[in-house]
Amino acid sequence: MNYDWNWSIFLAPTIDGASRYVWWILSGLAFTVFISLCAWAIALVIGIGLGVTRTLPPRLGRALATAYVELFRNVPLLVQLFFWYYIAPVVFLPVSLQTALNRANPVATQTLTMIVCLGLFTAARVCEQVRAGIQAQPRGRFNAGYALGLTRIHVYRFVILPLAFRVIVPPLTSEFLNVFKNSAVALTIGLLELTARSRQMGEFTAHVFEAFIAATLLYFLIAQITSHAMHALEARLRIPGHGLGGSA
Amino acid sequence: MSEPIVIESVSKWYGETQVLFDCNARIAKGEVVVVCGPSGSGKSTLIKCINALEPIQRGRIVVGEHTLPAPAAQLPAIRAKVGMVFQHFELFPHMDVLHNLTFAPMRVLKRDRAAATDKALGLLQRVGLSAFAGKFPGQLSGGQQQRVAIARALCMEPECMLFDEPTSALDPEMVNEVLDVMTGLAAEGMTMVCVTHEMGFARKVAHRVLFMDEGKIFDDCASEVFFAERESRSTRAQKFLSSIVA
Ligand SMILES: Nc1ncnc2c1ncn2[C@@H]1O[C@H](COP(=O)(O)OP(=O)(O)OP(=O)(O)O)[C@@H](O)[C@H]1O
Ligand SMILES: [Mg+2]
Repeated sequence: MNYDWNWSIFLAPTIDGASRYVWWILSGLAFTVFISLCAWAIALVIGIGLGVTRTLPPRLGRALATAYVELFRNVPLLVQLFFWYYIAPVVFLPVSLQTALNRANPVATQTLTMIVCLGLFTAARVCEQVRAGIQAQPRGRFNAGYALGLTRIHVYRFVILPLAFRVIVPPLTSEFLNVFKNSAVALTIGLLELTARSRQMGEFTAHVFEAFIAATLLYFLIAQITSHAMHALEARLRIPGHGLGGSA
Repeated sequence: MSEPIVIESVSKWYGETQVLFDCNARIAKGEVVVVCGPSGSGKSTLIKCINALEPIQRGRIVVGEHTLPAPAAQLPAIRAKVGMVFQHFELFPHMDVLHNLTFAPMRVLKRDRAAATDKALGLLQRVGLSAFAGKFPGQLSGGQQQRVAIARALCMEPECMLFDEPTSALDPEMVNEVLDVMTGLAAEGMTMVCVTHEMGFARKVAHRVLFMDEGKIFDDCASEVFFAERESRSTRAQKFLSSIVA
């Protein structure tokens, strides 16, 4: 293989002369991180709500939450993204809002769409983890709370969820890591996140390898930081004299 | 309130299976009642019905000034007046001992922290665990955990106490420390319903014994009578007694 390695290409001015390639890559990184963190926040809020709903008595709530999970888990993320980007605005928004959307900064619409899409997709997966964590709690633990006169809200909020959460930190870590990886589908609607930027750089400079190696290293770095942070969280939550939050 | 607990024609089903058949019992204030019977006879179910952890489908249960079945919104208030101790302790593992004791009084009875802490420390001393306020449940022995669980229930100033096999998950050397606490409570006049196979406790401390089998209450008599006049007990109770008091 005859490849002309040139790592200083990152410092070269971009083809439009407005920037340097290193800034392209770093701005892509910023988008990736921003989208992923926002989507994760949405996924946690909705996922916890759905996961709790799936363990409560009302049948309607359980059925709706189950339907949500089945739908969002089984349709490919890419299809969901196209739905939110191309179809949902036409179907759900009034014409006035559609025109406003068309006039808005496309980067803003793309970013927002991707955050919502990835957040809702990941929420279905978080829901299942939360449900499993709650169901891992022994029946007697709920009863102990109720027997003290605590309401269901108290029991969930202060007893069951804190313990369930401890059980599911490891699977949640891998969902969190998936969010960063999945955020790369944003390039299909034209958003210049990390993967898109490295592809773009590869096309303009013909230094495809350098560009993708840089992207790979940055994804790797994100994953390392994330899993270290989650491990630190796990250690902080560890209960003296107790293993995980499962049965005693 | 001369009869804190009245159980009237109570029947209960889990789905299609009936597990309690027309149970009747009256428990007077200050009375200590031991419930015994073979495994699966419905002892746990019966006492869970008393504080509405399980709903009943027929009959009614009077607890103090409340009557079950009651609307779901009233259940926490009813349960707050009935202390319960479980076979597997069920302390909240992520809260230290003091927090386990003060949590419900602060949330449910709206006690302020100082009052709840005072009360908790007093009860810890009473169960002989003053030194353990800052420990987590996982750092205690089974007997210690169960004593904390009793103190936790007492922090709510209950009108009566339910015990579901409080000593059967304990190593033998820890059984007495828990029974001693229960005996002390009984001596103070606490109304108690205890599911237990500790026949020594039943003989010495209980005023009455209920014998259950297959979801029915077969015997309900003073404990002296239950143990002394075995021949006049139901054949099921006789069989049960000879199987455990070998
Ligand atoms: N949640 C439940 N769902 C369905 N059936 C149940 C449930 N809990 C208990 N049962 C059944 O109800 C019957 C009575 O159970 P219960 O736990 O009250 O018995 P027990 O007398 O406390 O027995 P043990 O001495 O083993 O604790 C049993 O046949 C049991 O299988
Ligand atoms: Mg039982």
